[in-house]
Amino acid sequence: MYQFLYDLIGNEILAGLLVAVVPLTIILVFALFGIWLERKVSAHMQDRLGPMRTGWHGWLQTVADLMKMLQKEDIIATDADKTLYNIAPVLVFTGSFAAYAVIPFSSKLLGSEVEIGLFYVIAISSLVVAGILMAGWSANNKYSLLGAMRAAAQIISYEIPTALIVLSMVMFTGTLSLDKISQMQTSSFWNWNIFGGAIFGLSKFLLIPFMIVGALIIFTSTLAEVNRVPFDIPEAESELVAGYFTEYCGMKWGMFMLAEYGNMFAVSAIISILFLGGYQSPIGYLGNSIGTQWLVPFEQGFWFIAKGLALVFVQMWLRWTLPRLRVDQLMTVCWKYLIPFAFINLIIIGIISLI
Amino acid sequence: MKQYLKNTFDGIFTVLVGMKVTFKHLFTPAVTIQYPDVKVKLPERVRNRLYVNMDDCIGCDQCSRACPVSCIEIETVKSIPGEDLGITSNGKKKALWVTKFNIDIAKCCYCQLCVFPCPTECIYMTDVYEFAEYERSNFLYKFATLTDEEAVQKKINYEKLQAEKAAAAAKPKPETPAQTENKPE
Repeated sequence: MYQFLYDLIGNEILAGLLVAVVPLTIILVFALFGIWLERKVSAHMQDRLGPMRTGWHGWLQTVADLMKMLQKEDIIATDADKTLYNIAPVLVFTGSFAAYAVIPFSSKLLGSEVEIGLFYVIAISSLVVAGILMAGWSANNKYSLLGAMRAAAQIISYEIPTALIVLSMVMFTGTLSLDKISQMQTSSFWNWNIFGGAIFGLSKFLLIPFMIVGALIIFTSTLAEVNRVPFDIPEAESELVAGYFTEYCGMKWGMFMLAEYGNMFAVSAIISILFLGGYQSPIGYLGNSIGTQWLVPFEQGFWFIAKGLALVFVQMWLRWTLPRLRVDQLMTVCWKYLIPFAFINLIIIGIISLI
Repeated sequence: MKQYLKNTFDGIFTVLVGMKVTFKHLFTPAVTIQYPDVKVKLPERVRNRLYVNMDDCIGCDQCSRACPVSCIEIETVKSIPGEDLGITSNGKKKALWVTKFNIDIAKCCYCQLCVFPCPTECIYMTDVYEFAEYERSNFLYKFATLTDEEAVQKKINYEKLQAEKAAAAAKPKPETPAQTENKPE
């Protein structure tokens, strides 16, 4: 992407900026769409209609809310640590935005073609914890602090099963590059990693159940990492007002919201790259069969967004199905169930990929 | 160990059961009624805004007396001979000019007690329930059909007639006291 733009424009800074603008646009548009989708999904699951009066089925509702948010007064509590308080939302948003730098949306739309993409995503998403802790601490509010402490405990705990599953996938594919992992799962959905990858023989069929278990574990643990119900104790509305961003208002609050939806799509993208073939089409490309090669990257983009949105929908679906876990239950799920299963899975996948 | 595996299975299974329930509801038609666009049909005997059909009102004041919160205010003037006020829809002859028929709907308690005594069934509850106002004075509904000038004129006519009668009565029998004005409130 960068190389292409650099050849086109011939200016390093401009090309770099343009490359950065693409994921930013995607994240902003997705946040707008995601919030609307969340409202509609939650409403229909409760036999309601949700927003209906702004635009067709309320699709402009988020835009209207954003307008309201931009006009709001920016209040900072007197006893808050102003520097940290102002940095925190930026840091949280940066953490979720930076993950998009390595996510391949299609074979032509790669932010950065780094070889250690997976490692980078795991590392950069830890920045969110620092931001959240900063937000909770600097607000000088007991609810914020409690929420931030819970968030830190939760996100750090759940990074372990995530990392273990990512590790097993790295063992299986032999690369850390997200683009290469996507390329390996080409041509048909039968080659997706959840179905044992693009290998043939006995080991493929042996791998399928463990790949499904792995996908379930990484889905659960990433759900906890983005602080969504049923793992939303850091921002538990009924106990902690809004958790670590209780004291925020206006666009700073909006940045937390944006980061949440950005993170939702980012983790869905990672899961879809690791297990569901990334940007690869499950049924082959229209562009290849009718002989128009330029169509293929667009189709890949479509499949990538579709897979991401499907996983986001499942996240929303779970949110409106399950009640919130208690703190000890949350830790039990992580340390007693996900981590042992992830370890066993790691070992078994390792052994099977050897044979 | 057995318990551990059972817990794992139960955890996954119960989540799937819950997801099935919510997924079914995703396609259940919503029960929401889009209120300002779609309105629920009200029951037949619903009690809402009062309305007075002044064509039928004979000014008998019974509704005003029945009202427990005194929100109906009626003033009438007797008609003079030769004036035709018409008849009501159920054949009663009207004899009084209704110069004032005010209902303060802000006071109204929607008990419907004014509706039953009405001999001509001209005061009744409608199904209009959206009548919010910005000014409290707008809740004073004026139903009288006569304009203010007409009302004053009717009063003058009646007083003139009374004066003439009194004068006529005073001539042959001066000892009888002049008839006092007997105007229903």
